[in-house]
Amino acid sequence: MTEEYEDDEVVKKIMHIIRRAPHGTIYSYEALETVLIMAAYDQDVSMAFIDDGVYTLKKDQDTSELEIKGYMKTFTALDDYDVEKLYVDRQSLEERGLTEDDLIVEVEVLDSAAIGKLMGEQDTIIPN
Amino acid sequence: MKIGVQIKDGPYNHQAADTAYQFIKAARKKGHEVFAVFLYHDGVYNITKYSEPPNDDRHIANRWSELGAEGVTIYACIAAAKRRGITNSKDGEQHIMPNTEITGLGQLTDMAIVADRLVTFGD
Amino acid sequence: MLHMINQSPFRAPSIETAMRFIQAADVVLLTEDGVYGAQSSQKYADLIKNTMANNEVYVLGPDVKARGLEGKLLDGIKTVDYEGFVDLVEKHNVNTWL
Repeated sequence: MTEEYEDDEVVKKIMHIIRRAPHGTIYSYEALETVLIMAAYDQDVSMAFIDDGVYTLKKDQDTSELEIKGYMKTFTALDDYDVEKLYVDRQSLEERGLTEDDLIVEVEVLDSAAIGKLMGEQDTIIPN
Repeated sequence: MKIGVQIKDGPYNHQAADTAYQFIKAARKKGHEVFAVFLYHDGVYNITKYSEPPNDDRHIANRWSELGAEGVTIYACIAAAKRRGITNSKDGEQHIMPNTEITGLGQLTDMAIVADRLVTFGD
Repeated sequence: MLHMINQSPFRAPSIETAMRFIQAADVVLLTEDGVYGAQSSQKYADLIKNTMANNEVYVLGPDVKARGLEGKLLDGIKTVDYEGFVDLVEKHNVNTWL
């Protein structure tokens, strides 16, 4: 599962699983910080959004009146950090009355079996 | 095998710190190398020096300090720690348990790279 | 893969969700409040029963005992102690469902 690059740098497949809604708790925010660091270490980082985790990608979030720092813009910047593997669980999305058009970034919507298979291919899974 | 552990919730508040500790004890007993513990979110409270549980309760901060002395590196995330007032040293005084460290998220990345298993405990 | 779940099914959808992602040869370990999901005759018992048709399901014994559930578990559930937990981690990569 671990890819060896020419310069012998070890690249591990690390999947972050986001299952919490934003703002109510800090988990998804601090998860995003971890993702950015791991991407800076040139690891093969992916994210899977499941259950309430899909709410973190909702468009039009505005936390200004909460006086909590919003982090939605960071999602749109993930591409710049080469974090391009964003998987969304189709059932979680549908259960919440959302579609891909409601999301702030481009994602791959997959069924749970496909995401389960990807989980099996990881070196490490980081739950959030 | 090389095992890294991550704890994402606070001691006493959640069982995570207890389950992680029992897991680490058993893994070491079985001859595995638990090389590091990374404390994130409220997990950083695990290493405050000022924890004073009642005498008949377990002392979680001491457990981590003892494991630290035995070669299991105990790290708390600096960003999470700073937000919560957990600081290494200020005014020349040490504010976290002996044999524990405050470090960056890069350390968790290194753990993920080096470990055969990274096991997370939390809420 | 070892799916480790520590939430009561009455409190969070962790067990229900994890069971959608489970693959052949994966195993389940219920810990902490997750062990309530392994009790027989409760609302979510079928979740675990259906999983056991294809995958092994373990509970962490000390958590079962702490919650007064000894002798109350679904038939076919396997109980491990902390060392048995370590053995499962040695055998499988871990996916914790918090």
